[in-house]
This record gives sequence, structure tokens and C-alpha cells, in this order.
Amino acid sequence: MEDLGRLIKTHPFFADLAPDHLQLVVGCATNRRLGAGQMLFQEGASADHFFLLREGRVALELNVPQRGPFVFETIDDDEVLGWSWLMPPYRWHFDARAITPLRYFAFDAKCLRGKMEADHELGYALMQHFLPVIVDRLQATRVRMLDLFGATPGAGPGHV
Amino acid sequence: MSEAPGACAPPLLPEAWTLRSRRDDTADTFTLVLERDGGTAFRFAPGQFNMLYAPGVGEMAISISGDPADGTTLTHTIRAVGAGTRALRQRVPGTQIGLRGPFGTGWPMARAVERHVVLVAGGIGLAPLRPAVLALAAAAEARAAAGLTTALYCGARTPADLLYADELAAWARLPGFSVRVTVDQAGADWQGSVGLVTGLMKALPGDPARTLAMTCGPEVMMRVVATRLVTLGLDESSIHLSAERNMKCAVGSCGHCQYGPLFVCRDGPVLPYPRLAPLLRVREI
Repeated sequence: MEDLGRLIKTHPFFADLAPDHLQLVVGCATNRRLGAGQMLFQEGASADHFFLLREGRVALELNVPQRGPFVFETIDDDEVLGWSWLMPPYRWHFDARAITPLRYFAFDAKCLRGKMEADHELGYALMQHFLPVIVDRLQATRVRMLDLFGATPGAGPGHV
Repeated sequence: MSEAPGACAPPLLPEAWTLRSRRDDTADTFTLVLERDGGTAFRFAPGQFNMLYAPGVGEMAISISGDPADGTTLTHTIRAVGAGTRALRQRVPGTQIGLRGPFGTGWPMARAVERHVVLVAGGIGLAPLRPAVLALAAAAEARAAAGLTTALYCGARTPADLLYADELAAWARLPGFSVRVTVDQAGADWQGSVGLVTGLMKALPGDPARTLAMTCGPEVMMRVVATRLVTLGLDESSIHLSAERNMKCAVGSCGHCQYGPLFVCRDGPVLPYPRLAPLLRVREI
């Protein structure tokens, strides 16, 4: 457990988490691996974990009928994956597939939600860590929705 | 590394250049290599543009995307989005194209020599940055020996829309260079990154006081990139953008490209962020 705590502390997402909170979080964590091409989770399934990637790349994708899987975002090493565990109905909205072999920490959602409910300071600290990631990805998604690279006016320098 | 030379011929009179080769880069983008009749040398600075004339159709401003060290041919990578660019795409090697230039300001290459450089390109915006990348690539060993790094971040719509894919791989192997690519959407066969280009930019490559950034792409993307660079600690004065406006005369006379107090053809297209930032937030201009 001590080694796991030390490893998790080296991940950028939890690098500044207070020691007592880190200890609580580590109690819900496991160190895992996954092979390339394997699914980390699937749409509709219970969002019973979130993940800190140590190494590798994950594709977030939707299966589009008659078109196949459509990758709309990738998550890389040193990043966090998954926030559906924070809000009911605690179900994944998309599929997550390992593009490359993965090394990651998995955090048991039920375990952590229980600790957050019992210790609101821990809950607040975790929300402070998750919210900037959520906002950053929301803002990036908004910009990408503009389809800036499409063939529309303002889509690129007029001098090229 | 050279500063921006001005047009050498009468600036409003197109000169006939011969199309040596034409290559399709993506579904809507192509590259023309032009040679000056008589073989006279042509000098330009990375970031400058020429006015290309498709005979009988029209004239358009096109950034130079070739090697600034090559004084004999001119390379332009062009997106076919209108009648003029589509006409250029249909030209066959051996025929002639009218050309005026070079015009405008270039990337701050003289300052880049002694600094870490971050280049951020979106879509066709990699074309105006390519001469800067080539100049930095030519100096890669010396820069790396001096501890200087060059980070190139590229965004595109899909993997099929990525420009210069072979060169991106070659640049990534240069000493001191890193190249990261991302796309907006991809199929399951894409092994690379998917997301906004700023998602790749986790940290500056070195001391912010010794770092310079150049970005070219859709204006919204450049605004987001500049914000990210400032968040990462880069001073606004170290960020340079290539502005986009409709250019006609290219010499600051006609006013088509007027952008507040600026004429983009003359004062730009490359401008320091502090000069552009107040204008980028004004809807009316």
C-alpha cells in the first residue's frame, strides 16, 4: 500500500493532493495493465472506476451504425480518464479502448464515493482536481464543434 | 536566418513563372513548385506570401511554403476553396502562372535562433510555418548542441487531412525536435492523438524567457493557443500569429485587408500577439 501511495503521488493528477487525502484515495486504488485493443469500459456499463494513465493511449469512441467506431478523443499517459463515476446514474457514456498497451491506476468508485460522503473535505479536494479537467475538455470540445478546419470562411488563413 | 525582403519587381506587375510540378497533398490541398523564367534568384523570409495569378480567373494571396534556402524554386501549398485556387489546381506543369511578391512580414527567425521555439499549426496553417520549420531543421544540430529545442504541434480535421506527413516524421527524428500531431476525428485504425491541439501542449520546452512561439491556423484556434501559451508561462510578446484577412493589392493601398489600424498585407501577416490581441476581441472588424 505504501508503494502504491508513492507511485500514485508521482502521477501529475494527484501530485498536490494532501497526504491524508492521498492515503484515503490509495485505499481504493489498484495498479493494473491492459493489452492493446482491449476495452477499458463500454457504453452503458456501470461506471465503477476512474483511471489515471501511467503509460499508453486510450481511445474514447462511439460506435456509429454502418460506419463503425468513431474516435472523438484520446487520453494519454499522465492524464485522468473517467468522471461518470461522480454523478448518477454512474454509467459510462462511451467506449474506451486501449490503443497501446496500458499501465494505469484504477480507483474503485463505490469505495471512493463512500469516503467522499463521509469526509466532505476529501470530496471537495477531489472535485477541485476533477473540475478543471472537465472544464478544459468541455472548452476544447466547444472549439472543435466549430469544425475550424472545414472548408468554411474563417477556416484557415486566407493567404494560404 | 533572413529578415523579410520586399517585392523585387514592380509590386503591382505580375511576373510569369513556370509551373514545374504539381502534387495533391490531401483531398482539397495541393502543392505547386514554380520556377522563375531565366532562373534568377528569389529571396523570401519564412511567413511571407506571394500574390499568385491564375490566368483569366483571378489573383490570390498565397503563403510561401518552401525552403527559404532554395533560391531557385518557389513552393506554395494551397487549399482549393474558390474559383481562383481551383484554377491553380488545374494548371499543368510547363504552363505559366503570374506572381507578385514576396509581401508582408515574416516569422521572427532572427530571435528564434537563440531560443526554444514552439510552433503550433492548424490545418493548412502548417504551410506558412513550413519555411520556418525548414530553417530551424537546417540548424537543428547546432541548436541542439546549444541546448535549444523545437516543439511542433499540428492539428488537422482527420488523419487524411494532415499535411507533409512524411516530413513530420522526419522532423521528429531531428536532434532537439519534437513533433506532436492530433486530429479532430478519426476512425478506429488511427493510432495517434484525437483532440484539440492545445491538449498536446502540457508545458513549455524550456525557460519561458528563452522561448518563442509561432502559430498559424484558424483565428479561433490561434486565440486558444495563445491563451494556453500564456497560461504555461510564456510572455505575450513572445507569441507571434499569422493573421487572416482578404488581401488584394498586397502593398497596403486598397484597404481590403484593413484590420483596425493594421493593413494585414503590409503590417502582417505575421504579427506579435500583443498587437493583435485587442483586435481579436472586436467583433465589428
